[in-house]
Amino acid sequence: MNAMPDATASQSDESLAPILEARSLVKTYGRVVGLDGVSLKLYPGEVLAIIGDNGAGKSTLIKCLTGAEIPDEGELLLDGKPVHFRRPQDARAAGIETVYQNLAVSPALDVAANLYLGRERRLKGIRGSVFRLMDIKGMRDQARAELKALGISTLQDVTVPVENLSGGQRQAVAVARAAAFGSKVVVLDEPTAALGVRESNQVLELIKNLRSKGIPVILISHNMPHVFEVADRIHIQRLGKCAATVTPAEYSMSEAVAIMTGAQTVVH
Amino acid sequence: MSEAKTAVNQPGGDRDLATEFLDRSTPLTRIRGLLHRYPALSPALVLLVSVVVFGVINPRFVNPANLSLISQQVAVVGTIGIAQTLIILTGGIDLSVGAAATLAGFVIAQTATNNHLPSGLSLLLGLLVGLATGLLNGVLVTRMKLPPFIVTLGTLSIYTALLLLYSNSASIETGVPAPIVGLGNTFSVAGVQITFGVVAMVVVYAIVAVILGRTAWGRHVYAVGDDPEAARLAGIRVTRVLLSVYIVAGALLAFGAWQMIGRADGIGPNDGSSVNLESITAVVIGGTSLFGGRGTVWGTLLGALIVGVFEEGLAVAGLDVLYQVLAVGILVIVAVALDQWIRKVRK
Repeated sequence: MNAMPDATASQSDESLAPILEARSLVKTYGRVVGLDGVSLKLYPGEVLAIIGDNGAGKSTLIKCLTGAEIPDEGELLLDGKPVHFRRPQDARAAGIETVYQNLAVSPALDVAANLYLGRERRLKGIRGSVFRLMDIKGMRDQARAELKALGISTLQDVTVPVENLSGGQRQAVAVARAAAFGSKVVVLDEPTAALGVRESNQVLELIKNLRSKGIPVILISHNMPHVFEVADRIHIQRLGKCAATVTPAEYSMSEAVAIMTGAQTVVH
Repeated sequence: MSEAKTAVNQPGGDRDLATEFLDRSTPLTRIRGLLHRYPALSPALVLLVSVVVFGVINPRFVNPANLSLISQQVAVVGTIGIAQTLIILTGGIDLSVGAAATLAGFVIAQTATNNHLPSGLSLLLGLLVGLATGLLNGVLVTRMKLPPFIVTLGTLSIYTALLLLYSNSASIETGVPAPIVGLGNTFSVAGVQITFGVVAMVVVYAIVAVILGRTAWGRHVYAVGDDPEAARLAGIRVTRVLLSVYIVAGALLAFGAWQMIGRADGIGPNDGSSVNLESITAVVIGGTSLFGGRGTVWGTLLGALIVGVFEEGLAVAGLDVLYQVLAVGILVIVAVALDQWIRKVRK
């Protein structure tokens, strides 16, 4: 779990066992083939970007990894052991946290309440066990510590309602919630899609911080500059298949787009 | 918003200008922010101002007997308003509270008076009826996925019909055992006659306020009303929380039924008919948003008190009853308009 210095570190990590592995996933919707035998490996401490045109199977792939869809064929391994997610809660319980595009935060609740939403901590003693009272102060202290550890400096006050925050800060809350509870994998679905330039940069910094803490990230994005800034490897989906998995060091943005659209092919 | 966005996207030094644009706050927006953060603040101010104004118009308004009367008038709506608050916090609404409470009240009064059951047993039966009404509403809302407005519009008729059937449309006015009407008994503090019902109501308010503010369940009630999808994605079992809210509301309605009997020394088939809407009035004037997720239970007590103070104040000032009705109508509309304005903080 020690800090990985930078992006290049992870390339040597392929000698390690993958944390999350998908083998030949197939998912069809009636006669429409969403996924046509897609495999994917996520190694410790790397940012794996998934790119692809609309309808290429990005969303279907992510849904299969996070329990929102059940693949028809293929298998999923977490830490080398086969897992079968039937609903998103199963994936979360196994340590795969997803930050959804539409921001699953509760606007009227404050930052600390959102971080702990659905897993509130109770006070010790009978105040917690009998009267079910929450440890509000403890959760706030812990929330501050978690945000600090993730390098989120723009959120000083954890008692502010989330609806009073900027889009970037809300995204930071959502990402912090995904990363804060000892999760094994964090999946980010278009985290910068709705954000301005400065706020996007904050989120990209946050992704780098996650990596430096050793938490692997799967990033789905349409934004090539963002992908090339933070990704260690890029999984390119095309027509329900993985067209290629490339590294930003070896391929340019335009080559990646060419592979994505089918203008260029890669021979493995 | 779009203006601000383009400013941010421009290259160069326009960034500070853009932040300034976003952070621009006038005294008015600051007040709005404050009201947004403390939803019970505006009803508290309205209550304070109205008591002062009515006191100046007619000093008789603030005498102990009058204040005592107001507190007693508020007890029933205030208690049932707690149930209504919980449901409105989830983004729902309950039009059947008055009918459900009256039904439970008849079960309590009739079994204790005409069937001579022990008072404790009668109260327990009333509680069961209250729970059953909440359970039915909750099951229809969560399992059948029907809108709360329609469900409770339907059950309003059903509970009303059941109570007319059970009571033979006759009031129970004499021979109700002492414990059943006990909440209407009074004790005196500094010349003000206070009923046990009013004290019990305040205690229940305090308990529910702690539950809402300091337990995970309370937090989930807010989260479900705020954004059900976000709550679901956070791992909250939304339908379970909703169902539990309707059941807890049912228990509170049974308590309101007991208050009702104490207040009138008996119960009549129409005793709860005005409470259906008055409880919503109290919640709304109390600063709780009809869209759910925002508000406090204390606000509802303030809202109920405001209605009581306005009705009594206008009566003491010598105005006709129609002006009381008019005033409450205006209050509701002002309260909802204020809520709409406050909620703009989000954007």
